[in-house]
Amino acid sequence: MLKKYTCIICPIGCDIEATVEQDRIVAITGNSCPKGIDYVSQELANPLRNIATSVLIQNGDLPLVSVRLDRPIPKAEIFPAMTEIKQLCVTAPVQIGQILLQNVAGTGANLLVTKPVRATG
Amino acid sequence: MQHKQVIIIGGGPAGLAAALELYHNGVTDILILEREKHLGGILRQCIHDGFGLLRFKESLSGPEYAQRFIDEIDRLHIPYLTDVTVIDITADKKVLAVSKQGLLEFQAEALALTMGCRERTRGAISIPGTRPAGIYTAGVAQSYINLANTMPGKNVVILGSGDIGLIMARRLTLEGAQVKAVFELQPYPSGLPRNIAQCLNDYDIPLFLSHTVIDIKGRSRLEGVTVAAVDENFAPIPGTEKDYPCDTLILSVGLIPENELSLQAGVELDQRTKGALVDDSYQTSRPGIFVAGNVLQVHDLVDFVSAEAEKMALGIVAYLHSDSSQSTHLTIRGDASITHTVPQRVSGKKDFILSLRPSRPAQNCAVQICQNERVIATQTFRKVLPAEMIQIPVAANLLAEAGDLEVRIAC
Repeated sequence: MLKKYTCIICPIGCDIEATVEQDRIVAITGNSCPKGIDYVSQELANPLRNIATSVLIQNGDLPLVSVRLDRPIPKAEIFPAMTEIKQLCVTAPVQIGQILLQNVAGTGANLLVTKPVRATG
Repeated sequence: MQHKQVIIIGGGPAGLAAALELYHNGVTDILILEREKHLGGILRQCIHDGFGLLRFKESLSGPEYAQRFIDEIDRLHIPYLTDVTVIDITADKKVLAVSKQGLLEFQAEALALTMGCRERTRGAISIPGTRPAGIYTAGVAQSYINLANTMPGKNVVILGSGDIGLIMARRLTLEGAQVKAVFELQPYPSGLPRNIAQCLNDYDIPLFLSHTVIDIKGRSRLEGVTVAAVDENFAPIPGTEKDYPCDTLILSVGLIPENELSLQAGVELDQRTKGALVDDSYQTSRPGIFVAGNVLQVHDLVDFVSAEAEKMALGIVAYLHSDSSQSTHLTIRGDASITHTVPQRVSGKKDFILSLRPSRPAQNCAVQICQNERVIATQTFRKVLPAEMIQIPVAANLLAEAGDLEVRIAC
C-alpha cells in the first residue's frame, strides 16, 4: 500500500511516499535524508510528538512559565499529559532546564522549564 | 547626549545575534534598546519547539533559543536597556528614546535596525460585518495564552494558514478549545508543510484552501462567521456560503516589517518586501544604517534571522573601519516567478546570500541567477513553496564587473 507523509523532523518538511506492507516499509521516495526513513518507521509503529505548554507560577515576574517535554511521547498520551501538567502550580524562581514533573502521564518523559522566571518578592 | 559606536534597536533574535557578532569582532561600544520588559522579542511567546534545528542541531522552544543568546549577552556584559521605546532616529544616526527615567538621546556611528515585524489585521483584509469582541490576530492570541494566562475563546475559526495560525490551532486545541477549521484564501497553504502535518492533521482540524470569511456576525461578542469558496480572482462563489457559529476568529493573514523608524531616517523601502532596500552588507540607502531580520524581510525560520543579523554585523564592522568604499552598482531583479529578492543590489566584490520567495508553488524547477544573458548560478529544487524562503549563496568571482543580475525560477 502506498502511504504519503510530510516529514516533521526538520523545516524542509519532505513529502515522502512509502510503500508499506504489514506495517513495514518496502520502498520509500521523497526523503532527503535517513531521518525520513526513521520518521516513517516510527509513524507506522507508534507516532511520537513533543508537546509544549505552560504552567502557573506564583511569586514570579510572569504569571506563567513555559515548559516542554524532554522527549516525544505517543500521540495518544498527549491529552492525558496535558491534563496532568494543568494540575501543576510552581513557585518562582525557576531555571531553564529544571524538571517540574517526572514521568509525565507514565510516558517516561520529564517536564522541562524553557524560560527562567525570577521571583518578585 | 551619549555617544555609542553602534546602537541596536530591538532585542529580539536579530538584535541579539547582531550584538554578539559585533562584540566578537571587536566592536564593544554597543547598546541594545528593547521596548519590552525582557530581551527575546517574539520568541518569548513562541513556546512550541522546532527552533534551532539548523543552528544548534536540536529542537528548542522559542524562549530556550532566545536564552542561549541572552546568556551570552549577560556573560560578556553587553549593555542593553529594556522598557525603552525608540521614538525617532535620524539620517545622521541620532536616536531619541523614551524610558521611565525620561527621554534618552544618543549619537551613534552606526545603527542596526532589528525591530521585527507585526501582523496584518482585519482592517488590512477588509472583512465586512459587525465589529464584535472575539477577533484576534494569531500573535495576539498567542501572547494571551502563553504570556498572560488568558484563553481568547472556546469555539474557534482560523482565517489564514500562516505558521502562527497553524501553531495556534494546535495550542488552542491543547488548552481545550474547539478549533473548527482553518480557511485560506490562496489555493495553497502559506505555512510550512510540517506545521500543516503536526498542528492540523494530528488534531483532525480541516484546512480549506481557496476559501475566505465573507461576513462577521455578533454584536458585543462574535457569534459566527460566514465562509465561502473563492474563484481564481479571489471573488466569493455564490451558493458556496456556509455559516460557522464561533466565539473567536483568529487571523493569520501575513506579517509586515515594522519600518516606521526607518522611514523617519529617510531609509528607502522596497514595495515588495515592505522592508528596506539593502546591499550585500545589509546597509540601507542611508549610509551607516543597517537592517536585518523580520524588519528587512519576513522569515520563516529564526535560524535564518540569526545568520542574517550576523552578516549585517560584519557589514557594520567593515563600515566602522571605513573599508566599505566599494561602490554598489549591480542591481538584482526578479521576474514574475519570484516575489522579491534580498539584497536588492550588490557590490559584486564579495560573496553574498540571495534570499527570495517563489510567487507560486512549483515542482522540479531551478532558481537561476543570470548576468549579461549568462546563467552564473543555478540551484535545483524538487519543490518550491511561497511558504519557504529560498537562500542561495552567490560567489563574487562568478560576477562580471558590470551588468545587473536577473533572478528567475525555471520549470
